[in-house]
Amino acid sequence: MTKKEQMSLEREAFVNENGIIVLDNVSKVYSAGAPALNEVSITIGRGEFVFIVGDSGSGKSTLIKLLLRELKASSGSVTVLGYDMGKLTHRNVPKFRRRIGVVFQDFRLLSDRDVYANVAFAQRVIGVPEEEIKVNVPAILKTMGLAGKYKAKTNQLSGGEQQRVALARALVNRPEILLADEPTGNLDPRNSWEIMALLEEINQQGTTVVVVTHNKEIVNSMCKRVITMNRGVVVSDEEGGFYNEEN
Amino acid sequence: MKKIKLFLHVIGQGFANVFRNKWYSLASVATISLCLFVFGACYAIVANVQNMVMTAEEGVSLTVFFHSEGDMCETHEEGQVPDEQWVVEFQKEINARPEVLSSDFISDDQAWEEFGKNYFGDDFEDYAVAFPENPLEGDNSYEIFVKEVELQTQVVEWLNTHKEVRKVNYSEVTVDTLSGFNKLLVGGSVAFILILFAVSLFLIGNTVATGISMRSEEINIMKYIGATDFYVRSPFLMEGVLIGLVGAGLSMGLIYGLYGFVLSYVVERFEILSNFLNFLTVNEVFKVLLPGSLIMGMGIGFIGSFIATRKHLRV
Ligand SMILES: Nc1ncnc2c1ncn2[C@@H]1O[C@H](COP(=O)(O)OP(=O)(O)OP(=O)(O)O)[C@@H](O)[C@H]1O
Ligand SMILES: [Mg+2]
Repeated sequence: MTKKEQMSLEREAFVNENGIIVLDNVSKVYSAGAPALNEVSITIGRGEFVFIVGDSGSGKSTLIKLLLRELKASSGSVTVLGYDMGKLTHRNVPKFRRRIGVVFQDFRLLSDRDVYANVAFAQRVIGVPEEEIKVNVPAILKTMGLAGKYKAKTNQLSGGEQQRVALARALVNRPEILLADEPTGNLDPRNSWEIMALLEEINQQGTTVVVVTHNKEIVNSMCKRVITMNRGVVVSDEEGGFYNEEN
Repeated sequence: MKKIKLFLHVIGQGFANVFRNKWYSLASVATISLCLFVFGACYAIVANVQNMVMTAEEGVSLTVFFHSEGDMCETHEEGQVPDEQWVVEFQKEINARPEVLSSDFISDDQAWEEFGKNYFGDDFEDYAVAFPENPLEGDNSYEIFVKEVELQTQVVEWLNTHKEVRKVNYSEVTVDTLSGFNKLLVGGSVAFILILFAVSLFLIGNTVATGISMRSEEINIMKYIGATDFYVRSPFLMEGVLIGLVGAGLSMGLIYGLYGFVLSYVVERFEILSNFLNFLTVNEVFKVLLPGSLIMGMGIGFIGSFIATRKHLRV
């Protein structure tokens, strides 16, 4: 057994034992001011669906960035997919990120390209052969309800459609974790519900889903685990929880 | 297979970058061209002058003549006319000088024949009939080859300290002027080329940086998806290298065209020159210049874009 294989097994063992996302006493201090995250400990198991809610500035996006290794924690340990984010070398970041999908409030699509190209882009970046791309991209677009829109330029799509393209791009490489930072922030209720339904479907197929949102109605009716944050601290973490404004 | 695909991607994206960013690329190509054009022109001139100096140096010799009884025009003091033994010994002394490469004895008959050939050409045989006696009778000499032109004067001075020496023939004007000219040209052009190098580096860096900022959104997405540093960076490096190559190609094309033109002009205009100065052919010049310029063009392009990606592409 090579060293690589062994390390991969060790990570797998860690995930099974502790969870796919493990934050232990994590603080994040930006250059000035109060910490954005203050001694946060969260454990998320493989296959969970978790909402993260909280006021503006409570540290939700900071948390997502730590999970992507876009930022490093000031103290404490962040372990994702068994990778210790503090020890993950710059060289190994791409390999790690290929196992995670991410979507944002502002979609972040390439507006000069069509729907197909935007999704195929994700596969080309990681070197998937063109024959496979030709199969994978239409399949995921169909799942996202975009079967008739391959050729549309993304800036000619509605917000809901754009977010579905972004979701297709995040999912086409079959990530084990999907991170969504306010995916419905720019959408009307109808489109918001559609996106949430898709996220739930993805979760049911085995992907761990973490959703940051302000959408109270959806959180309260979906009956999922809800982590509530306030000023960098986790104030509640409940299975089948609610979005409580008092926090 | 995957490697080939990645390579094609890098080249394709490199070209795409160049065209996406037309005006900046054009400005960069132009400065690199100018830079390498000046370099190439200087090289062509220096190489030619160098060649002339070398041919001239090969032929740099001085001839030393001795007093002889056959010389009717002069009266000689006691001991001024050397005997044969002395002349033979003197060659050993000459050869022992550190400046001297070699020396040849030229007998009076040889000298006459050479002289005649130079003056009368192929008809010499006809004229020679008019001189049954060698007019240069007794005018034996040594042709001395020195190691470097600069050492010539020293040898001349040394030779002149001997009373048996009648005269020393030598020429130094052309060689000295040529080497002096070369030094001046190299000094001046190196400074100019360095400045142009810096400007090209700066412009290429800026071109690539502009490309990076134009595509920052895409780069960001690539990073989230898990693109490697190499995948993100190499198209920009390729862009720089391509710009450098195109610039080098343009300047070389220009020099190739101009060289023949200028050469024929010079030869035509200064016909006298071309008799004793031989110029290098375009191909001789390009044997070194072409690969040199292409490598320098690529080098400048690579370094410029490397600095830009280092600075603006924190992956
Ligand atoms: N790059 C940064 N530099 C300095 N401070 C930052 C930076 N990013 C965020 N912060 C600060 O950290 C705190 C948490 O920000 P964060 O973006 O994580 O909040 P959030 O919960 O995502 O808010 P929102 O709901 O408005 O998106 C805020 O006080 C914010 O001002
Ligand atoms: Mg946020």
